Amino acid sequence: MLNRTAENVARATPEPLARKVRGISDKGLAWLFISPTILLLLAINIFPLFWAIYLSFTNYRANRPNEVVKNLGFANYQRILGDKDIWIAMQTTAHFVFWTILLQTLIGFTLAWLIDRKFRGHAFWTTLILVPMMLSPAVVGNFWRFLYEPQIGLFAYAISFVTRIPPTDIQMLSNVSLAPWSIIIVDTWMWTPYVMLICLAGLRSIPEYIYEAAEVDRASNWRQFWSITLPMALPFIMLAVLFRGIENFKMFDMVNLLTGGGPGSTTEVASITLKRQAFESWRTGYSSAFAIILFVAVFGLANIYVKALNKVKQR
Amino acid sequence: MSLTTAHSVVAPSANSKRIAGTIIVLYALISIVPLLWIFATSFKTPPDSIAYPPKILFQPSLEGYCNLFTTRTRQTPEYINSLGPATGFCDETTRKRNMVIAGPSNFLPRFVNSLIIAFGSTFCAVFLGTLSAYGFSRFKVPLADDLLFFILSTRFMPPIAVAIPIYLMYRELGLSDTALGMILLYTAVNVSLAVWLLKGFIDEIPREYEEAAMIDGYTRLQAFWRTVLPQATTGIAATAIFCLIFAWNEYAFAALLTSGTAQTAPPFIPTIIGEGGQDWPAVAAGTTIFLVPILVFTILLRKQLLRGITFGAVRK
Repeated sequence: MLNRTAENVARATPEPLARKVRGISDKGLAWLFISPTILLLLAINIFPLFWAIYLSFTNYRANRPNEVVKNLGFANYQRILGDKDIWIAMQTTAHFVFWTILLQTLIGFTLAWLIDRKFRGHAFWTTLILVPMMLSPAVVGNFWRFLYEPQIGLFAYAISFVTRIPPTDIQMLSNVSLAPWSIIIVDTWMWTPYVMLICLAGLRSIPEYIYEAAEVDRASNWRQFWSITLPMALPFIMLAVLFRGIENFKMFDMVNLLTGGGPGSTTEVASITLKRQAFESWRTGYSSAFAIILFVAVFGLANIYVKALNKVKQR
Repeated sequence: MSLTTAHSVVAPSANSKRIAGTIIVLYALISIVPLLWIFATSFKTPPDSIAYPPKILFQPSLEGYCNLFTTRTRQTPEYINSLGPATGFCDETTRKRNMVIAGPSNFLPRFVNSLIIAFGSTFCAVFLGTLSAYGFSRFKVPLADDLLFFILSTRFMPPIAVAIPIYLMYRELGLSDTALGMILLYTAVNVSLAVWLLKGFIDEIPREYEEAAMIDGYTRLQAFWRTVLPQATTGIAATAIFCLIFAWNEYAFAALLTSGTAQTAPPFIPTIIGEGGQDWPAVAAGTTIFLVPILVFTILLRKQLLRGITFGAVRK
């Protein structure tokens, strides 16, 4: 019906007018609309990326712009892969990513599962829980330094109140074994709501009739959880893990403000090492090589993960 | 009464609802404590803020806010007495601590920078994002999936890795520590989010509307302007708020690429110090002022939150 009208209009319209009415061709318009974005990304993302790749093969130092730049070939890459400190930083990052994701997934899924009971007022409390993740990790993370203060800080006080450990002994940020956990706690506090929100969407996407069928078959609650709830929510959980994984692999702001990588280098995650090398030691070429390695690592891991995610989705 | 109510066989029992509700309320209350503490600390005097045990009940004071907006110098009591009567509350509070106000602090200019950069970059990102999203949604773009993935992949880079070449590039172009440089950078980061979110929103608007408009004699551009844009307003508004929140909260680029005139609030707030260390009431006051707009936006956005944080991957 609609098509026939269009055809009639098209046939009735004289040729030059038709061209004028249509204005720019669809193809032209498509490129007109898309190219500004692509150009901006080429200028601000891709060009710098290629520049970084070029620099990664040199001994360039940004604080000595007039020095002769030497081509080092793959020497920077070889040095990074053999650098013990870099491997320690990667281990610290892996430790951080592992624990934050584990805690956030466990707590986040549990919260979502509880909220899905739809008790009275659940919408209000859900919104309240979501607040921390919208705030600036830097600004709020900075304030956690105050909460962590050994004696006057609320966190240390609350812990000592419960455990009876003297509050001066709770050195969350300066104790070598506690400092990594102080960052994990803040990150978990902040981002558990994120995982929760995605898990909640997963739980709500499970059609009611599947549970009804299971009920008819007299499947126990336990069995329903393991055979229906968890497998059907799994793609959502995996998506949340992907997003959190990428974000926490890049983690910089909270660590920089809470511990700055210290004490010593116990909380020095990859981004902090990168910052120290690039903006404190000014080893621009070397740090560019490290940046490229990190990028390839995130990109590669994310790609493998997305393939796995798609497999789970298809099941 | 309850006997006659028809229950779905799978509805959670009243008991399980009560337990679930209790746990959720407890979690929500505990997780909100740090935020309440920021708010409370902003109204404490410096001695109250570092009292042991931490003070829950205290005499509220605006000293933190005074200290946030001013810089102060210590003076002898004789000098302070020689001054005329105090002009206003902040002056009086400062003098009680044997100090006088030396001038305004950098907080206000940094806050204004945050506003300019966040709104500027949001406008640009949403503008570019809307056009691209429409392009990807309605036209057959060659390699569309690859381009869309390319747009998203720019988010995989750790900010510090991006910052190294950007730092060099801006130094060459004279964009270091300028609002324009930060707006360009945040636009580039946000445009990926804007394209992905808006493509989802525009995909949901039936094509028939534009087709009908074009049969009525509109050009494609007019049809886009008069039929698609008005229908996408909610989506555009939600996208804009997400971009705004990102630019507002961003720290890594701001800390590395700005130091003076274009510095935003997030790298500035942690540097607020008083005598003998961090001035926590002033930091809390700055944090409170900084967080309030986001709280309002979060409440406005709660229905779109899921979509925004997953780049439109989960829509519900």
